Amino acid sequence: MDVLSLARLQFAVTSVFHFFFVPLTLGLSIFVAIMETAYVRSGNERYKRLTRFWGNIFLVNFAVGVVTGIVMEFQFGLNWSEYARFVGDIFGVPLAIEALLAFFLESTFLGIWVFGWDKLPKKLHAATIWIVAIASNLSALWILVANSFMQHPVGYRLSESGARAEMTDFWALLLNPYVWTQFPHVVAGGITTAAFLIISISAFHVARGKEADREAFRKSLKYGAVYGFLGTVFVTMMGHTQMQGLLKHQPMKVAAAEALWETENPASFSLFTIGDEEKLEDLFSIRVPGLLSFLAFNSFEGEVRGIKDLQAEYEERFGPGDYIPPVAVSYWSFRLMVGAGTLMLVIASLSLFYILRDRYDFPGWAAGMMSWGFVLPYLANSSGWILAEMGRQPWIVFGLLRTEDAVSPTVAVSRGEVLFSLVTFVLIYLFLTAVDIFLIRKFALAGLQSPESTEEGGRDGA
Amino acid sequence: MELETLQTIWFILIAVLFTGFFFLEGFDYGVGILLPFIAKEDRERRVVINTIGPFWDGNEVWLVTAGGAMFAAFPNWYATLFSGFYPALIVMLVALILRGVGFEFRSKSENRLWRRAWDWAIFAGSAVPALLWGVAMANIIRGVPIDRNMNYTGDFLDLLNPYALVCGITSLCIFTLHGAVFLTLKTLDDIRQNAMNAARKVWVPATLLSLTFVAYTYIETDLFSRLGINPGIVPVFSVLALASVVFLLRNNASGWAFAMTGIAIAFSTMTIFLGLFPRVMVSSLDPEWSLTITNSSSSEYTLGIMSVVALIFVPVVLLYQGWTYWIFRQRIGTGSDLEY
Repeated sequence: MDVLSLARLQFAVTSVFHFFFVPLTLGLSIFVAIMETAYVRSGNERYKRLTRFWGNIFLVNFAVGVVTGIVMEFQFGLNWSEYARFVGDIFGVPLAIEALLAFFLESTFLGIWVFGWDKLPKKLHAATIWIVAIASNLSALWILVANSFMQHPVGYRLSESGARAEMTDFWALLLNPYVWTQFPHVVAGGITTAAFLIISISAFHVARGKEADREAFRKSLKYGAVYGFLGTVFVTMMGHTQMQGLLKHQPMKVAAAEALWETENPASFSLFTIGDEEKLEDLFSIRVPGLLSFLAFNSFEGEVRGIKDLQAEYEERFGPGDYIPPVAVSYWSFRLMVGAGTLMLVIASLSLFYILRDRYDFPGWAAGMMSWGFVLPYLANSSGWILAEMGRQPWIVFGLLRTEDAVSPTVAVSRGEVLFSLVTFVLIYLFLTAVDIFLIRKFALAGLQSPESTEEGGRDGA
Repeated sequence: MELETLQTIWFILIAVLFTGFFFLEGFDYGVGILLPFIAKEDRERRVVINTIGPFWDGNEVWLVTAGGAMFAAFPNWYATLFSGFYPALIVMLVALILRGVGFEFRSKSENRLWRRAWDWAIFAGSAVPALLWGVAMANIIRGVPIDRNMNYTGDFLDLLNPYALVCGITSLCIFTLHGAVFLTLKTLDDIRQNAMNAARKVWVPATLLSLTFVAYTYIETDLFSRLGINPGIVPVFSVLALASVVFLLRNNASGWAFAMTGIAIAFSTMTIFLGLFPRVMVSSLDPEWSLTITNSSSSEYTLGIMSVVALIFVPVVLLYQGWTYWIFRQRIGTGSDLEY
């Protein structure tokens, strides 16, 4: 493998791993805050125990999210120094603001929350976890402002020498339409990720857990099901809006995600396609006529441009070259995301159906779906990012800088360093994931009166 | 504001961020390094970790912010430094990963072996960065091979020159001392006594190495010739502050001693940045090829936006971080009500 591919693989590994942990942080922080608010308002100790229970799982996950995030902060310097030089004037700003505005808040107030149970008045203590929740999601906003510039550059001009892009309008960067479809989609994805874990663990305890815990986990399941239903509906809606935005900003990504070789009007939606990426044609395909136009324009008519036409257009705009992203990867990651999303809608609706009727004697198949459903958001989150980043190729900043021109010249001469660091990161991240799963599973199974819960929690739980 | 003014402001701000980072994370590293040695019982170790428990994560954000600020204000500095010091940065990141999860994971199982393993992970995860920061700062001021295109042309071994290693061991000792003094402020009884003994022991090499490092800096870098034969109050005070620590400890003035280790760290960081200015990275190949605040900086517009953001939010951060230290101001001991 050449240095470019190794560097790309390293970025993919470190960012996808990081994003295993981020969505749960986003969604679970809000949920823990809701639980603690319920405790403060009702004075019911059950909610306090639930706050501690979900709080512990949150903390284990948060720690891994933080340390993998620090790696991301430096990735752009390590392997992508030409990228850093080209976009630093713009891209560095949201990253710096993220640290100053969000990450500081998140880390500092989490420290207060963890250690401040008996040092702060109840209401103030609950306020600290709300600050953590808001700051975590604010942090996602700034990171997505940065990412959106790569997807759809706005508010910039090229410097005279063309060596870098310079910011001309900070507000344009912030109000980039791409941000405002991507950010709600990611937040809703986080809520969904957390909700499915909550549904899964709560359903397990309701069905098979300790008698003493059942009542509390019923409450947890109720909240979780509502949270999950709202999250899934919202994530689907925002995904749909985002796709419609992409048709304007990055039509090639849509065409690749659909394996749409030719421009069509009305455009058909592919259910299953095996294509030939060399010849740009289908080998086998099942399609629903007109559905893609409907998804794109809310009408069964409308032109969706295909890969071949876009390639011709880009050659005219940017000069000769290959402007087609890896079609199979884009196509299948999109199918995986949407497929997982559809299943999540089913499971979320199912959970809502039961809790609205106050029924907790789920049949085996339903319990199975609710227990294992937590895997789906992880599939959707990862495949969603793979589509977002792979579908933009060959560009690192769409229309401005190609990925192959962004890699550090220093690593170009020392392939060993990239390989070494890649292997190191893979090993350490696998280890972290294993420990993370082990600990979350342990806490999840232990239920509310786990011996690790704090002395105070242990006392009032006894 | 003029571009040159903004560039100077951002150089100062980044210097301040690193100073704050070394001051705060310095004692976190020190506490992590001392953990396996000054506390043997499990509950004692919990006490030692809890002295920094509520703070360390917030302190580490100073580094993330410094990194982000470098990226935004001086993209070429960020690009050259991190692509150049590549293997060192990877080692540092691995250490920071192990340390960060160590604090969180350690208490999540009762198993003795599990806890021992994470204690050593915290130790290594603190000692390695404490050493590498010294190595990195020394190389930045001494100069590294940087070509006309701002790219580092050396390898890992170039970074491990004797001067940089002396600085690395010095920073390791000073951070350990800083941590030990911090522990004497925050703990009770046996642990406090152990920390006091550790501080006295580490003080000797810390002070001797600092003096060696000052002399070595005179030979190896242009820092003193740039600052003049009388380098000013900052570096002198830094050494004096360090020297005073042992006497203050002897008189049980832990608070003053902590202020002095803090001043030693802050002032030596400032000395390095003063000697560097207006350069941000020195090229050992040709002075013309050094990175400066002029050839590394972002545009006037970007620096202006960043200045407004920093003006509003840096004071806010300082306020709430200060509040954290106020909430958790009490000393803790094995009899305290410990979280976890």
